[in-house]
Amino acid sequence: MIPDPTVPTGPGLTPAPSDGAEPTGSAPQPNPEEVNRREFVHSLAAACASGLPLWLGAIRVPAQDPGPPGAPGQDAADHWYGMGVDISKCIGCGRCVYACKVENDVPMEPGCFNTWVERYVIDTKGEAVVDSPDGGIAGFPSAPLDPNVRKTFFVPKLCNHCAKPPCVQVCPVGATFITPDGVVLVDEDYCIGCRYCIQACPYGARWFHPTKHVAAKCTFCYHRVRQGLRPACVEACPTGARIFGEIEGRATPLARFVRFNDTQVLKPNLNTRPKVYYAKLDMEVR
Amino acid sequence: MQGYIYPNEFELHWSLLIVLYPYLTGLVAGAFILASLERVFNVREVQPTYRLALLTALAFLLVAPLPLLTHLGHPERSYEIFLTPNRKSAMAMFGFVYAWYLAVVLLLEIWFDYRKDLVGWARAARGFKRWLYYGLTLGATDTSEKALRFDDSAGRWITIIGIPSAFLLHGYVGFIFGSVKANPWWSSVLMPVVFLLSAIVSGIALVLILYMVTTLARWKPVDMRCLDKLGQFLFYAIVVDFSLEILDFLHRLYESEESIEILSRLIEGRLFISLIVLQLVLGTLVPLAILGLTSPALRPRPLIRVPDELRRLLYLGSAILVQIGILSIRWNVVIGGQLFSKSLRGLTVYKVEFLGIEGLAMALGLLLLPLLILWGLIRLLPPWQDPAPVPSAET
Repeated sequence: MIPDPTVPTGPGLTPAPSDGAEPTGSAPQPNPEEVNRREFVHSLAAACASGLPLWLGAIRVPAQDPGPPGAPGQDAADHWYGMGVDISKCIGCGRCVYACKVENDVPMEPGCFNTWVERYVIDTKGEAVVDSPDGGIAGFPSAPLDPNVRKTFFVPKLCNHCAKPPCVQVCPVGATFITPDGVVLVDEDYCIGCRYCIQACPYGARWFHPTKHVAAKCTFCYHRVRQGLRPACVEACPTGARIFGEIEGRATPLARFVRFNDTQVLKPNLNTRPKVYYAKLDMEVR
Repeated sequence: MQGYIYPNEFELHWSLLIVLYPYLTGLVAGAFILASLERVFNVREVQPTYRLALLTALAFLLVAPLPLLTHLGHPERSYEIFLTPNRKSAMAMFGFVYAWYLAVVLLLEIWFDYRKDLVGWARAARGFKRWLYYGLTLGATDTSEKALRFDDSAGRWITIIGIPSAFLLHGYVGFIFGSVKANPWWSSVLMPVVFLLSAIVSGIALVLILYMVTTLARWKPVDMRCLDKLGQFLFYAIVVDFSLEILDFLHRLYESEESIEILSRLIEGRLFISLIVLQLVLGTLVPLAILGLTSPALRPRPLIRVPDELRRLLYLGSAILVQIGILSIRWNVVIGGQLFSKSLRGLTVYKVEFLGIEGLAMALGLLLLPLLILWGLIRLLPPWQDPAPVPSAET
């Protein structure tokens, strides 16, 4: 039996520390090195001097990560969420797919995926073979060892929570919308079930709920994010391949991820402005 | 399934019913544009089809939203399109375009055209029918020459407004598909224009069929001048429509974008029967050849001279082939656009179910329903303007 992915039960499930990992909430420990009084006063004076222009308003410090994203009491308009995916870290275990299904009550039937994992096998001629059995929920069958394979890798996919989402544009009644913090959601009490948004999504990220008869999609686990928690797929990823958080600012985990990696988005030519950033993305991925 | 499709593309989201929607709307627009030929452009030859075309447009317009409504996951919420439309959504305009066309254009034009007859029928009839016709006159029973002149002038003006409205109605349906940038098979600026032209083709062909069938069923002689003229317009409309489609095809082929490979596989495989055989050969080239070779309206001495009886059959056959072709166009657009993955790496399949809310039986029912409504409309408002019309005995 696969354990509840939101509750880490073993070392493999604890998010591995990485340059993209979120702060865990504990305050940084003071430097254990001894500091004598003279040095302390010098550094205090230097700090005050360097802070003077700041105090006078001459320079502006960019917004810092305000802590865990969406902590209770924070205004949604103060955030702008996105996700980073490090392709080289994904091992195709499918824990994210399973965690999402459980957390968001996504039906276990075909054609219902908020997130899925694709496997690319590219041969020496550059031809790519792609598969995603059951969205990769149970991992992937071993590929035969073939000397003609140039490279293989896994690509987690999800809604890109585009800044210019075509799905929101086409919804005839405005049932799908973008929140002030940049998350694209569907109001399932309002959706008329015309499925125009599913047609308009270039990424195949939307699906039709078989029992609720409305359009459905990844919510970035908005119910968790608003409580200061991270999306289930991020929590469950054993390798820290997914980084969730603030895009804006300079020192947020996601901003650092984008800064220190060459990132790409999917189908940039469509001008949807996706907010899921991929590091080490191969050109074959669409 | 061939190749790779996204897991959420497991099934098609727009089914057979959505194929019917542009087909039915196209027939409405086409029939209305044919009617306007007589009214605005004074093409006297097609006068016998004028009222029939208007009633046909109305019958099909009444049914056009039904496939959409049936297809919705929550039809009971459909009124939200009127109450809280998303102004950025092309589909949100449907309700308004539809209401405008139905209420302002079609109903008004029919009313002005029939008002004099309605007054006459109300006076001649007895009992319920008398009150029904009287009700339909909306109390406007003035049949003085001045009032009739006003009817005529109002009808003409409504038709003039109606032509761009008909263009809007169906061009808009094309826009719903053509503006989906996620789908390379749909996304084309030519889509609304192609939709419009194919609508005109299908509307002319449908009225031609209905005119022949209803005239023969009433044991009246078919007006060959009218048929020849319809055949001529049908020919021209097909030529323009076909040219645009070829332009679209060449443009895609020449640009040869990322999607060209999967679209080629789509045409060669999944759409071969419906696109190459039904749409191109049977629905376009064969009718073009028949009409081009035999129609005396195209050139006084046609390449092949055929007697009237045979020509009638050829026209009827061509019009039926055209209907098959246009229905195939709608299929190729709606279903074809969903048969390939947006990953551009694979093809999927669509299996039509027979029963069920989106099945073949429902589709056939929705295709027959407008004919049933038309039959009712013809009984209520006989469109025939034969030399000695006897309205009550004609149906």
